[in-house]
Amino acid sequence: MRRIFFVQNFAGWRKAARDALAAELDPRSIVWDEQGDHPRLELFDEQETAPVVSANTSPVPRDFVEMARRVACHRSEQRWALLYRVLWRLTHGEPHLLRIEVDPDVHDLVAMDKAVRRDVHKMRAFVRFREVRREGAVWFVAWFEPAHHIVELNAPFFRDRFAGMNWSILTPDRCVHWDGSQLSFTAGVPRADAPVHDDAEALWLTYYGSIFNPARVKTRAMQSEMPKKYWRNLPETAILPELLREAPSRTAEMIARSRSKATPDEFHPAPVPDSTSLATLRKAALGCTACPLYRNATQTVFGEGPKHAPLMFVGEQPGDQEDVAGRPFVGPAGRLFDRALEDAGIDRPSAYVTNAVKHFKWEPRGKRRLHAKPNAREMTACRPWLLAELAAVRPVVLVLLGGTAAQSLLGREVRVMRDRGRIFPSAHCERTLVTVHPSALLRAPDETARERNYAEFVADLKLAAEVLRRTHP
Amino acid sequence: MDVRTKLSILADAAKYDASCASSGTVQRTSRDGGIGSTTGMGICHSYTPDGRCVSLLKILLTNFCVYDCLYCINRASSGVRRARFTPEEIVNLTLDFYRRNYIEGLFLSSGIIRNPDHTMEQVVQVARKLRVEHGFRGYIHLKTIPEASPELIEEAGRWADRLSINIELPTAQDLGKLAPEKNHDRIRHAMSVIEKRVTESKVGRAKSRKAPLFAPAGQSTQMIVGATPSSDRDVLAQAKSLYDQHRLRRVYYSAFSPIPDASSKLPVTAPPLVREHRLYQADWLMRFYGFEVDEIASPGAPDLPLDLDPKHAWALRNPEWFPVDLNRAPRELLLRVPGLGVRNVDRILAIRRWHSLRLDDLTRLRVPVQKALPFIVTADHIPRALGLASKPARQLELFDNPTRSA
Repeated sequence: MRRIFFVQNFAGWRKAARDALAAELDPRSIVWDEQGDHPRLELFDEQETAPVVSANTSPVPRDFVEMARRVACHRSEQRWALLYRVLWRLTHGEPHLLRIEVDPDVHDLVAMDKAVRRDVHKMRAFVRFREVRREGAVWFVAWFEPAHHIVELNAPFFRDRFAGMNWSILTPDRCVHWDGSQLSFTAGVPRADAPVHDDAEALWLTYYGSIFNPARVKTRAMQSEMPKKYWRNLPETAILPELLREAPSRTAEMIARSRSKATPDEFHPAPVPDSTSLATLRKAALGCTACPLYRNATQTVFGEGPKHAPLMFVGEQPGDQEDVAGRPFVGPAGRLFDRALEDAGIDRPSAYVTNAVKHFKWEPRGKRRLHAKPNAREMTACRPWLLAELAAVRPVVLVLLGGTAAQSLLGREVRVMRDRGRIFPSAHCERTLVTVHPSALLRAPDETARERNYAEFVADLKLAAEVLRRTHP
Repeated sequence: MDVRTKLSILADAAKYDASCASSGTVQRTSRDGGIGSTTGMGICHSYTPDGRCVSLLKILLTNFCVYDCLYCINRASSGVRRARFTPEEIVNLTLDFYRRNYIEGLFLSSGIIRNPDHTMEQVVQVARKLRVEHGFRGYIHLKTIPEASPELIEEAGRWADRLSINIELPTAQDLGKLAPEKNHDRIRHAMSVIEKRVTESKVGRAKSRKAPLFAPAGQSTQMIVGATPSSDRDVLAQAKSLYDQHRLRRVYYSAFSPIPDASSKLPVTAPPLVREHRLYQADWLMRFYGFEVDEIASPGAPDLPLDLDPKHAWALRNPEWFPVDLNRAPRELLLRVPGLGVRNVDRILAIRRWHSLRLDDLTRLRVPVQKALPFIVTADHIPRALGLASKPARQLELFDNPTRSA
């Protein structure tokens, strides 16, 4: 047995292999003895272009050299002997050996090559830089634990991608640094040397959690591509347990939401009787199932007020208290509405007050029923009732409170903030006025805004009252 | 609303787009300035617990939308929470994520706000800022609005690696029923315009390296499966014609979400996820294995079986093609053997010039031998008459996971 000493990297092995081949040393007669400190790929060695040629001058295929360069990065101690064995066979009567992937030597070599390639790819994927300040400059520093000796092999990729940044990738074996003009390599460091925090990670976690579809949990597929050994260095895996724990309830919620939503066959024409009697209309509306909202509401909340009231108000939809009381505008927004009417000099009992949608739409939030905005289909389903009320009341002045009422009767073109505060003719009433919904006043950010908004609202109501006085003394 | 809240809403809204591919584009580096690179090979930077990869920052500019397409979570009448990014916010998010190596680039889509041109202009503006102001060399995929003006589509193609327009549904009738504002012919027309420009640019680049690029990674599309009663044959016929007429790089299939009831389990009713998987397999068979639509889903049996992969199902229906001798048969025939993928077929073709294949060799190549056994002849194996009565083993792993990018 002959012992071959060599520097434990591709160039070192190649030099030794060349000599061994020239001396016609049979692979079975030699032992590869590793020497030197650390495996290292001398990528920037200028003299490495000469092709390997054996004593019997059989050329060595290029793809073997490429593959050997990668396999040299593998951690297995068997790689040197395996490389030489394949090299020997390639140059001793089996030039096509690499094509025969089922040959045991080739199979092992390909498996090592694949492992290194995969590691290279995973490093490109899973390195996570953290931003730090170093001597006044911004540096991006990452910690990574490669399975094989690939830091040098992979460094050019990171240089080409992040050429404009200063960065370092720290690993237990080797570290690589780029200062904007040059790559440099230093010895490995412990994990504790790497930074532990980056402000942008919170956003990244938000993204990771939001792009995940809880309805399709397939953790095995995830783990086959992102094995657990990488997890401890990936910030996003910190929220994995939480995502998996919440997945069933999030899915249930998605199903519930999609159920409460709209398949077209859940909508039916509203059963509006051909009548201008408010009592008849009200009675018929009690059993309305034109849209799915009736299922979760207590009752239909129909409009109230005298027939032929000169002034008609249309709001959005009943709220929590209206739903229980069965009357419009009796909750917090209703009380504010009453006060504003009084300040504008309008007598509520003489006006007709109703909503664009007659059932309370809500979402559970703890024990509370939280108001939810009616959608276009629900508005459309409910509109026949509103049109019937308009036909019965035939008001002199029509006041639309908020976007839903305005959109329901005037379409999408209306903008409340743009079009408010003036009287204009519409298909439903000669004198139509759009203003905000009183509930919007409750949401003002501070006292000053609240007072200003309230004053503007009262001014709009006064305008309606004024027009009414002039046309209907 | 802060950026984090917007991100959670607008990433959530984007997750129904299946594509996350960052592959197939030209090579770029940032060694002469800017930031980023593309190698032509996609990289998946993370995986979420649904087994899908995270390669791009996939978000909507806004999920406000004036269209009311019934299958879409962001339709005008949906009760979903709405948000809107400014172009600057998206640019900063993309760069911040890219610098930390979280992503390969950006996949930007949007609900239609005001009108198609206004929306497309905003989308293009993000890409322009990234490329021009920040020298961004990473991957950009832009969702294109078919109704947008040709000038905007032209500019989108200048900045983007890939453009896509979703065909949405397998037939024009389906689209008319569920997406009143969309139009099948207009979508197909826009695709042909993009295809023409991609080809022109390729021809130009072949003559001169300085010729302008136009979406070098081509175009892709997405079809929603299970929202209408259309058969798998309808879906595949549509896909085939998209591949042939507009040279699409990929057709993505997306199981209709509102998600299936947990109770509707395999295999009695059709859970859309398995159907989606079978459609990807069938798609692969058409593109890489030389199968025709009629062979996979015939007029008499227009839906794919859910319990068998489509190639295996075809093989059982067509026993007269088998057994195939792995040491002699031509490539086209090897591709039809259940359990043999394209790469193994090419390996077998290389190996058999020097070495006669045996069953052991197949194990080494990781061929699912039990599945292939009834259909093949090797140096040490001849099958008995094809036992059609015996139920073959179920196999799911014949193809790559279709939701994986790269």
